[in-house]
Amino acid sequence: MAQQHPPPGGGAALRSGVLHRHPRLRLGLLLGPPMLWLGVLYLGSLAALFITSLWSVDAFGGNIERIWNLDNYRDLFTLDVYRTITVRTLLIAASVTVIDAVLAFPVALYMAKVASPRLQRILVIAVLTPLWASYLVKAYAWRGMFASGGPLDSVGISPGYGLAATVLTLSYLWLPYMILPMYAGLERLPSSLIEASADLGAGTATTMRRVVLPVLFPAAVAGSIFTFSLTLGDYIAVKIVGGANQMLGNVVYDSFLTGNNLPFAAAVATIPVAAMLVYLAAVRRTGALDSL
Amino acid sequence: MRRSTMARVATGAVLALALVGCGTSSGDDDGGGSGATGSEEQGGFTAPDIPMAESLGDNEGSLSVLAWPGYAEDGSTDKSVDWVTPFEEETGCQVEVKYFGTSDEAVSLMKTGQYDVVSASGDASLRLIAGGDVAPVNTDLIDNYADVWPFLKDRDWNSVDGQMYGVPHGYGANLLMYNTDEVDPAPTSWSSVFDDAGTYSGKVTSYDSPIYIADAALYLMNTQPDLGIKDPYALDADQLAAAVDLLKAQREHVGEYWSDYLKETQAFKTGDSVIGTTWQVIANLAQSEGATVEAFLPDEGSTGWSDTWMVGSKTEHPNCAYAWMNHIVSPEANAAVAEWFGEAPANQKACDLTSDGFCESYHAGDEAYAEKIHYWTTPIEQCLDGRTDVQCTTYQDWTQAWTEIKG
Amino acid sequence: MTFSPATRALLRAFTGLVLLFVYAPLALVVLNSFNTSRTFEWPPPGFTTRWWSAAVESDGARNAIVVSLEVAVMATVIALVLGTMAALALQRFRFFGRDTVSLLIILPIALPGVVTGIALANAFLTMFGIQLGMLTLVVSHATFCIVTVFNNAIARLRRLGGNLEEASMDLGAGTFRTFWSITLPMMRSALLAGALLSFALSFDEIIVTTFTAGQGIQTLPIWIYQNLFRPNQAPVVNVVAAALIVLSVVPIWISQKLAGTDESVAAAR
Repeated sequence: MAQQHPPPGGGAALRSGVLHRHPRLRLGLLLGPPMLWLGVLYLGSLAALFITSLWSVDAFGGNIERIWNLDNYRDLFTLDVYRTITVRTLLIAASVTVIDAVLAFPVALYMAKVASPRLQRILVIAVLTPLWASYLVKAYAWRGMFASGGPLDSVGISPGYGLAATVLTLSYLWLPYMILPMYAGLERLPSSLIEASADLGAGTATTMRRVVLPVLFPAAVAGSIFTFSLTLGDYIAVKIVGGANQMLGNVVYDSFLTGNNLPFAAAVATIPVAAMLVYLAAVRRTGALDSL
Repeated sequence: MRRSTMARVATGAVLALALVGCGTSSGDDDGGGSGATGSEEQGGFTAPDIPMAESLGDNEGSLSVLAWPGYAEDGSTDKSVDWVTPFEEETGCQVEVKYFGTSDEAVSLMKTGQYDVVSASGDASLRLIAGGDVAPVNTDLIDNYADVWPFLKDRDWNSVDGQMYGVPHGYGANLLMYNTDEVDPAPTSWSSVFDDAGTYSGKVTSYDSPIYIADAALYLMNTQPDLGIKDPYALDADQLAAAVDLLKAQREHVGEYWSDYLKETQAFKTGDSVIGTTWQVIANLAQSEGATVEAFLPDEGSTGWSDTWMVGSKTEHPNCAYAWMNHIVSPEANAAVAEWFGEAPANQKACDLTSDGFCESYHAGDEAYAEKIHYWTTPIEQCLDGRTDVQCTTYQDWTQAWTEIKG
Repeated sequence: MTFSPATRALLRAFTGLVLLFVYAPLALVVLNSFNTSRTFEWPPPGFTTRWWSAAVESDGARNAIVVSLEVAVMATVIALVLGTMAALALQRFRFFGRDTVSLLIILPIALPGVVTGIALANAFLTMFGIQLGMLTLVVSHATFCIVTVFNNAIARLRRLGGNLEEASMDLGAGTFRTFWSITLPMMRSALLAGALLSFALSFDEIIVTTFTAGQGIQTLPIWIYQNLFRPNQAPVVNVVAAALIVLSVVPIWISQKLAGTDESVAAAR
């Protein structure tokens, strides 16, 4: 074999040379650890959970009996209550998403296109700060707002505890997650395009529709992934302001904690997972995943 | 590259399958403790074989306590309410307390094996014993055990085959609380939250746990005797269905279900709830916050609890655990807990230390009264009222029913 | 300029209203931290600073904050490493299955927290047989934090193009040298923004934490969860939250400064 002189610089340069000549190796090294982490650990744990849903617990709710059966799924599909809860949760998630989109759009538009650069920065800080206030504390603050005799009730506009309160509270909690992607998307839209549209004679409404909305849509969908998924799995806010209502997340949490019934909890958990996977598959085409 | 990414994902999934197949989850090969066998034993099951402490050694220096809120006060709620610090000073066992809101939480937390002692109500204790999460208790090693009221010892929920699984802590009843300003005339019976719940629709509150079904069953026991309910925890399928119907009707009028103190106290303070189930400690708290509430035990009787301190089967601090159990049923500590929480103490001598009239008002030591309380017990297949011609519903059934009731 | 004055006035007014909506409950939190009533009676019957002094003395709160900081820092570091690696891989190379990989990265945050929490807890306990504690908690947090770093990194990489790196390699610098001297400095502000959001996510996370932290670890959200229902502790919780709101403006402002105005887009995410 021909003698090969090692490149100058010693070991590190040799390694880097090897890497340079083998892009596949580079890719493997780069992609390996994250994929191992997410693929094996995360996907693996999801798979394990799914398998558990095919077992059941003993009557005392203590130990899992490894008998393969579809009882959990049969219960899920035949008992009406689970359908009711699923529909209710999906509706709440949809409402929250729509409300947040409606609230976020003008704010994002203002921040991106109208506000001065200094004001922009202040607004970004203003939108990000509430994310640092504890979720629980914010939810309890809303409990205080909705209470009888509380701040909202004293001006007569409190809906009391219930589904409306839940939707409102969840919309409040997830609003920054909708504003930020929208702002990012609109920021990327060159102002010159809007000017050009105006020069060509389009009114504000037409400009919105033909220029702004196509850019906004992927961003809105990106935000909606957050609002949808966060709402589908939520079990805390509804317990605090939702009165006697329950959502899908409560059923999962309660099955796990109350009945010690991990198999059933796992079965119920497949519902929000399936919903999100369907949603993600549907939105992949809109390019929203790129604007997360 | 697609193939290799997919292959990676697939390998991961297969690995998971294999690992899960090999891995165990909480001892399903315990010696037949899962209720499938042994139907002739008292309580309907055979307890798993877990060793009992034979003698005590030196204290280990730390103790992890799982308790109902109010059972292990260390001065942080109210500076004058503290029986944990004296314990720490006396034994050197540094205490860490974790609270739970329902027996269900207690059971699943004990399963982690990270707590040394737990204050278990009757609906948790059997589940813990059956699951192998608690060990039998050698009562000879606990000096103060001798002074505990005899009728609290060797009961269905704290012993199996004459072997005690813990030390009785105290007992009390679930009460009916109402807002004296809003509710008029003053209620006298549980009918105010069942058949007559419509009067205060939207402002009724109930305890958020499947065990509350027993309250409905108790009500039916008194108002619909032809259903044949003898024990609110022994319900066959028809009786459970009747209770579920009653609770679904109540659901129309419930504003909130509660499982934490502050929620119920707040709700009564703001007026979002005006009538519902409660514990004495919550009523006391609400009153101290200025809420105009009263709590009482209706004549028909009530469900209640008789709690037992139990030792975890995986504890690494058995000596501190036994020291704690001895301490908590000592006259001083037991009296302090009883007064703070609002329940009858387990130690007879505690009544010498409580305030005047306290023990009388809680009927401490009154065996006849104590028998009128239907203590939280885990519903199991073998009917607790002794019937052998039917199969009773289990707690798993109740849990599913509870989800249905809430809707 | 681009929109009519009427439109701009309308947008400004709407934004103002939304900001009012966002900050009203936070103002209530701050107000309640001075409320004499332990159950946050409205209107407050009186004002007191005793909750603030209690909070300053509270060991539980202090320890919880420290634990949360530790977990957040560790999770963010892991997320930075893994997220950057993934972003480089996806942006610089073409291979089939890219979409699947990016989907996989998003999955931990797209799936509901309760599912992620139960799945990971189950995996740790039964598959790997390890006790829940700091390790499991950091691993869980890092898992859903990867996506925030990844998104910012890949957005920046897309905008940078490969020219500078090619030039560097043409001049003889090796792979590592190029990465360290060229790529990393250009990505710095995007990584910082991603790290900040990852930190915020981990710091306030309650759902996954409930399942994977075990019993010994008390992060701030866990401490809040356990104390919000104890009558004498609930106001202290409010104080801690109020303090956090005020204090958190500082790191956010710093990150905005470092990111620069035209980069505030990526930074905001």
